[in-house]
Parts: sequence; structure tokens; C-alpha cells
Amino acid sequence: MPTELQSREHRTPGSRTPAHRTCGATRTNGGVRLDGVSRAYRDRRGASVQALTGVSLHAEHGELLAVVGPSGCGKTTLLELVCGLQAPDGGTVECAPAALMPQHDLLLPWLSAVDNAALALRIAGDSRAQARSMAAELFAELGLQGFEAAHPHELSGGMRQRVAFLRTLLSGKPVLCLDEPFGALDAITRAEMQGWLGRALEREPRTVVLVTHDVEEAVVLADRVAVLSPRPGRVRAEVEVDLPRPRSRTDSEVIALRERALVALGMGDAGGVREDRSAR
Amino acid sequence: MRRRALDAAPAIVLVLVLLGAWEIYVDSGATSSSILPAPHTIAESLWGNAGLLGHNLAITAEEVGLGLALALALGFALGVLIHLSPPLRRACYPLTVGSQAVPIAVIAPLLVFLLGFGLLPKLIVIVLICFFPVVVTTVDGLAAVDPDQLKLLRTLDASRLQAFRFAELPAALPAAISGARIAVTVGVIGAYIAESQTATSGAYSGLGREINADLSSLQTPRAYAAAVVLFAFAIACFYTLSEIERRLTPWANQSRGDIR
Repeated sequence: MPTELQSREHRTPGSRTPAHRTCGATRTNGGVRLDGVSRAYRDRRGASVQALTGVSLHAEHGELLAVVGPSGCGKTTLLELVCGLQAPDGGTVECAPAALMPQHDLLLPWLSAVDNAALALRIAGDSRAQARSMAAELFAELGLQGFEAAHPHELSGGMRQRVAFLRTLLSGKPVLCLDEPFGALDAITRAEMQGWLGRALEREPRTVVLVTHDVEEAVVLADRVAVLSPRPGRVRAEVEVDLPRPRSRTDSEVIALRERALVALGMGDAGGVREDRSAR
Repeated sequence: MRRRALDAAPAIVLVLVLLGAWEIYVDSGATSSSILPAPHTIAESLWGNAGLLGHNLAITAEEVGLGLALALALGFALGVLIHLSPPLRRACYPLTVGSQAVPIAVIAPLLVFLLGFGLLPKLIVIVLICFFPVVVTTVDGLAAVDPDQLKLLRTLDASRLQAFRFAELPAALPAAISGARIAVTVGVIGAYIAESQTATSGAYSGLGREINADLSSLQTPRAYAAAVVLFAFAIACFYTLSEIERRLTPWANQSRGDIR
């Protein structure tokens, strides 16, 4: 299975790569590197809003980089830069081909769960049957067996997120960008999802950029946590998480690192209890 | 089945109330029966002329069915082309809108002159009347696709054609079928206009010509009976298309009620 997936990597044709992007395995080796990246966008009234300024970040091949920050600090812009959906105004983005798992699952309502998961394979030219059988193999691993033919509206929120994750994984790209993948889920489902994400990445190692405003989630899952400031987003602190996996949110080291990240966010001490809910 | 019957009950009650009021109004002698026949007179005519009306319905149904199929195909294709090509949109959209304002009487003689007394000129009239709602709803449906879905497809390296095939086309389908449901109801009156405006050779010439002939020979009850048949036919067409929509786009009905 993994060999099949890897053979699909770097499928993005070089001709589609803009000049400011260095793509492929040359320098980044399946990782992500942002250097002094700035990006502004126009809001609805046409005013220019600085989303990111001077952001430098990197994730080595196989690393999970979590990016946390308050709402509207440019996290989604950051992921779109990594995925090549936007170009930076300044600085450089070096990155292997990246797939995006958007904040809302964006499953296509007219396709069944297995067809949604297999979308990237269909786009790459596989036949419907081939794509389905490849996606269906992974359904059991993610606890989705029996729901292959279900349509998105028949699935729970947690299941939809898993299908969306599978779709991202099956794109075969070495970098996965996850935009608040569990933000819309209740606390219990979110904890379960974090568990399987960790396990899925152990089986299928990829470079992951995980955007979240849940500091605890970041510390439990990531190798490194980058803390962004409010808009315009800049990197306030980077916290290395050098702890064995699987981690529990009740480990004292996890709690200590979470405090450090919260302090960097400007929400230390008593803010810890408030943080998860108020950030939403 | 019982559920269906229960759903239809309000409509049946409304029709009975209206028919009752109609009957009372005519019986009061306010109008002559050659201008407004009473419902029971129309029912008698319907019964007595069932064969004639049935043959004419078959002619009209053929016109509506073929005309609508053509209008759907052309309307959908034009909608897609207009969506995909901005220059084509600027070229075609004003003409498409303008085509709806052309009185059929103006072009009917030309159509008959060019195409004769057969089915073809009638089909063209029906297509002209029906294709517009399909074009408009298709264009709007294609434009209403979630831009985030298109963005997602781009990250999966989808080509323009693949984005169309996987996102835009299915997203537009419910709207296009809604257009078809509008088209089928105007299609029935379109068939009446087509029959009125173009001559026909043959034993039966459709319900529209039947109505016109009966009105001019003061056989008003039979004209009303023919109108009742058209009325029922339009309703049947509309609900048939609703059923097709339900089967073709099951995802679209999730958040909507089941009124239709």
C-alpha cells in the first residue's frame, strides 16, 4: 500500500509551479520551509489587510508542525501559501507538493464516502473501480467500514472529517496541510480523532502542517508548535515537543509545554482553562 | 401510498370548493352557458368526447414531450457554454433574453413557409418558449458552486474540465431540473400557442386547435373539457419531473421539505 502511494508523489507537473516556489524534493526533501513570508489580502470593502508578516517556519520531512494562534491571525492564508493556492507578497515558500484538508470537510455531497475519499485518484486518471478499491482498503483502518456507499449527509461529523482526511492522504502528496481538522467536533469526538490521526501518521508518515487554535491538541500531536501573534501574524515563539508518543493530555510534560505555548500566546496561567472555549 | 393520498387531500378539497362556487355562480344565471359552462356540463362533455380528446391529447403530448426534450438539451448546453466562456456569455445572453419577447405570431408564418404543416414548426415554437428558464437556471446553478470546493479540487490538481465534471456540473443539476419544471408548465401553453399559430394537416390537430375550433363554433363546454385535459396534463408533467429530480439528485432534497 505505501509503495503505491509513494509512487504518486511529486506528480504535480513542474510547469505549474510559480517562480517564487521551489517545489519537489530538491532542497526541502519532502519538507516545508517558509522564509520571511508576507502576505496581504483585500477585504470585502477593498481595503488591504496584512495577514502575515515576516513568517519563517520549517517542517522537516516526516515532521508534524502545529501552528496555533488567535482567530484571524492568518493561519488559513499560511496553509494556502504552502499549498500553492496563493503566492507570497514577500519572502519565499519552499515546499514539496502539498494537499489541503480544509476547515469544513468540503466533501462533495453528490459522491459517496468512498468516491469522495478516492477523488484525487480519479483526478489522477484512475478508473472508478481502481480508485474505489484503493480507498476502500483504508476505510477499515479509519473505522469507516460499512459506510463506503453512504453519502456525506448520512455520516456523522467525525466520520466526514475522517473521509476528508483520507481524501487528503490519498492525494499521495508528501505534505499534508490540515486546517483546524477537528474544530467543529465535540470534545469527546475530537479526542478520538486526535488519537487516530496520530496512529494514521505513524502508518503513513507525511510532513504535516496542522493549523489549530487548540493549544492542547497542538502539544499532543506535534513535533513542534509555532505560536502566531494576532493579525498581522508573525511567529511569536516555537515550542519543541520532544516527548514520546502516544501522549496524553494529562501528562505533566504535556501540561507544562501547553502552559509555555499559552504564555507565548499571551494567555498564561488562569487563561489555560478559558483558552479552548474562548478562542472559538 | 396512503401517505400520498393524504398529501393530495388539501388540493382535492380546494378543487371541490372552487368547483362548488363555480357551479353556484353559473346556476345563478349571471352568465350564459356559451360563455361559462357549469362544471357538470364540462364533465358531461369530457365523458362524451373522451375519444376525441384522447387523440388530441396524444398529439399535444408528443409536441410537448419532444419540444421539452429538445429545449432541455439546447438550454442546458447553452447554459454550460455561457458559463464556460465569458465572451459567449456577452454575445448570447442578451439575445436569449430578447428571444422571449418575440411574439410567436411574427415568426409563425415563416416557420410554416419553411417547414410545412408537420410537427417541426410546432417543436421550434415550443423550444423557443421553453428553453429560456433552463438556460437561466443552469447558468445560475453553475455559478453558485461553492468556490471552496473548486479551490479544493485545485489542490488535488484537477483540470478545468475535471473541476466542471466533479463539482460544477453536479452542483448545477438541481437548479437545471428546477428550470425544466418551469419549462414543462410553460411548454403546455407553448404547445397551445404553437398549434394556434401554425396550420396542421391530419385528422387530429391537438388540444390547442381543438379549443380554438370549439370556441369559434360555440361548443364552449368541449373547449373547456379540452382545457381541463391540458390542465391535468401540465400537473402530471410537473410532478413527473419532480420525481425525476428526486431520483437524480437525492443529495439536494436533504435540507428541503417534501412539499413538492
